[in-house]
Amino acid sequence: MSGIFRLTIRYLLYNRLKSITLVLCVSLAILLPVLLQFGVTQFEQDLMARAHATPLVAGMKGSRFDLALQSMYFSQADLETTSMQEVETIQETGYALPIPLAVRFTAQQAPIAGTTLDYFEFRKLEVADGTSLQRLGDCVVGANVADRLQLKPGDRLMSDPLNVFDLSGNYPLKMRVAGVLAQAFSPDDDAVFVDLKTEWIISGIGHGHQSIDAETDKDLVLQQQGQSTVANAAVPQFNEVTEENLASFHFHGDIESFPVTSMILVPHDPKSEVLLLGMYDTKESAIQLIRPVEIVNELLQLVFRIKQLFDANTLLVSISVGLLLALVFILSLRLRQRERQTMFQLGCSRSTIWKLQLTELCFILAASLVIVAVLTLVLRVYIHQLMRMWFI
Amino acid sequence: MIRFQQLQFRYPHSAFQLNIPQLEVREAEKVAVVGPSGCGKTTLLNLISGILVPDQGTLISCDVDLNQLNDSQRRNYRISKIGFVFQEFELIDYLNVRENILLPYYINQALKLDQSVEARARDLAASMQIDQYLAGRIDQISQGERQRVAICRALLPQPQILLADEPTGNLDPANKRLIRDLLLEHATRTNATLIMVTHDDRLLDQFDRTIDIEQFHEVVSKS
Repeated sequence: MSGIFRLTIRYLLYNRLKSITLVLCVSLAILLPVLLQFGVTQFEQDLMARAHATPLVAGMKGSRFDLALQSMYFSQADLETTSMQEVETIQETGYALPIPLAVRFTAQQAPIAGTTLDYFEFRKLEVADGTSLQRLGDCVVGANVADRLQLKPGDRLMSDPLNVFDLSGNYPLKMRVAGVLAQAFSPDDDAVFVDLKTEWIISGIGHGHQSIDAETDKDLVLQQQGQSTVANAAVPQFNEVTEENLASFHFHGDIESFPVTSMILVPHDPKSEVLLLGMYDTKESAIQLIRPVEIVNELLQLVFRIKQLFDANTLLVSISVGLLLALVFILSLRLRQRERQTMFQLGCSRSTIWKLQLTELCFILAASLVIVAVLTLVLRVYIHQLMRMWFI
Repeated sequence: MIRFQQLQFRYPHSAFQLNIPQLEVREAEKVAVVGPSGCGKTTLLNLISGILVPDQGTLISCDVDLNQLNDSQRRNYRISKIGFVFQEFELIDYLNVRENILLPYYINQALKLDQSVEARARDLAASMQIDQYLAGRIDQISQGERQRVAICRALLPQPQILLADEPTGNLDPANKRLIRDLLLEHATRTNATLIMVTHDDRLLDQFDRTIDIEQFHEVVSKS
C-alpha cells in the first residue's frame, strides 16, 4: 500500500466519527438532487405510460384530475356517479368500446374496481393463478394485493365497510378469490377486480336473502300484493355469494340507472375519437370526456414547477455543504499544521503533503459517491413502488 | 563535517539575526548547543538541515554547499543525511508506534520501504526497549517511550547528522539522561554527528564540545 494511502486510511479511521459525518453530509447533498431527478423522471414515466395507455375517460363533470387519476390509478376520490345509461349510449354510437368502472369501495385498503371482462383484455392483464371472474361474488386480485394479503384462489376477501356505525348502510361482502393476476407493474397490481354486479351488491343495490313464505314468516312480511311480497329489514341477508344462495341474489330497479364512477373509452379510430369528443363538448352535457395524456401533462407541469423550487433548495444545500467541507478542510489544515511541519522537516515534499490532504478529501468524496451509487441502485429497483406508494 | 563561514541569517520582518563568522563541527563529533531561549538554537539546526537558507555566507555540510542547492536538492539532502529529534516528539497520533518509526519511508519516495528496513525498525525498537509497543497507539505509552519512538524514527534512515532540538525538554531527570545516552550511544555506533540543543547543564558532560549560540546572536534594527 502506498504511504499516502496508508496515512490517509489511518487518519480517516482514527477520526472515524468526523469522517462518517463528512461522508454522510456529502452523500446527502449529492443524493438529494439525484433522488429528486430520479423520482420526477420515474413519476413522469409512470404517469405518461398509464395515460398513453388510456385513450379517453368519461365521467360526470367535476374535477378532471380526480376523474383521470381514479380511472387510471383507482385513487379514492369522491366522484359523482354516472349511470349505465351513459355506457349504453356510447356503446350505441359505435365510436368506442366503453369500459365501465365503479371504484367506491375497498377491501383491506385495496381499491375494489367493479368493471367488465373487457378491462382485462384492454389492459392485457393475465391471470397467473386460478381463473378469471366466474360468477357473482368473485374477485380477481392484483399481484401486490395477493402478495400483501397472502391470498390464493379459493380464499375469501371481505370488503371494508364504509361506515361501521351506519347499520342501514352497505354490508361487507365476503368475496371468493377466483384468481390472482400476473404482475403488471401498474396500479392494477394493487387493485381487487370484481364484476360490476358484485360492486353493486357491495353498495347494497343488489342482495340475496332467504326466501320468505308469506304464510309461515308473517313477522317478516310488511306487505303482500298478489305475487309480490315486501319484507322488513329483519330478513337475514347473505354476506357471501355461494353456489347455494346464488339464485337468491337480485337487484332492485332498472339496471340502466345503476351507478358507475367513470368509463374508459377505447375509440375504434381517430375519427371516432374526435366525434366522441365533439359529442360531449357541450355546456348542456353532464358528462365530460377527457384525454388522460392532457391531464397528466398539466399535472407534470405543476410538478416541474415545484421541482424548480426543490432544485433551488438543492443548490443552496449543495453550496452549504461545499462551504462546510471547505471549513472542515481549512480547520483540519490549521489543526494539522505541526504535523505538516514535522513531515516537511523529515524530508516530505510540499506537493506530497498537499497530495495527502487531497487524498483524504478524495476518499471522503469517493465514499460518498459509493453510498450514493448504492442507494441509487437500490432506488432504481424500488422507485416504481415508492413513487406509487407516496404520490399516486 | 559541517562548516559555517561568514554566515548571516535573518527572519523577514524580525529584529533577530544570527551571525556565525566561523564554526566547524567535525564528522562524528558529539556537540551540545546551549543558549537562552530565542537566541537561535533551533534556527541553527534548521540551517544545517537545509530548511532555512542563509542570507549570506557559506554553509557546507557533508561536502555539500547548501547555498548552491535548490529546494528539491535540499530536500534530498535532508532525507539522505539528516535525522531530526524534536522536543515535543512530533509523533503522528493516528499511526501506531511501528508506523511512526517508518513514517519517513511513507512520505519520501526517495526512501524505499522493504523487509530490511522493517527488520532494522524492529531492531532499533528493541535496542530502545519499545519493541513490545510496536503495534500500540502513541497515546498509550509514556513520554520517555514516545521520545524513544521519535529517536528510532530519526535513526531509521541511517542519517550522517543527527539533529536533536531539546529532546529532553519534556522529560523527567532519569529519562533525560536515558535519552541523552541513547542518542550518544547510537550516534557513536553509527558514526553519526550529533548536534543536540539543551537547556540542561547537567547533560553536557558526555558531549565532545559545547557551543554557546548566544555569541552568534544579534538584535538588529528592523530598518
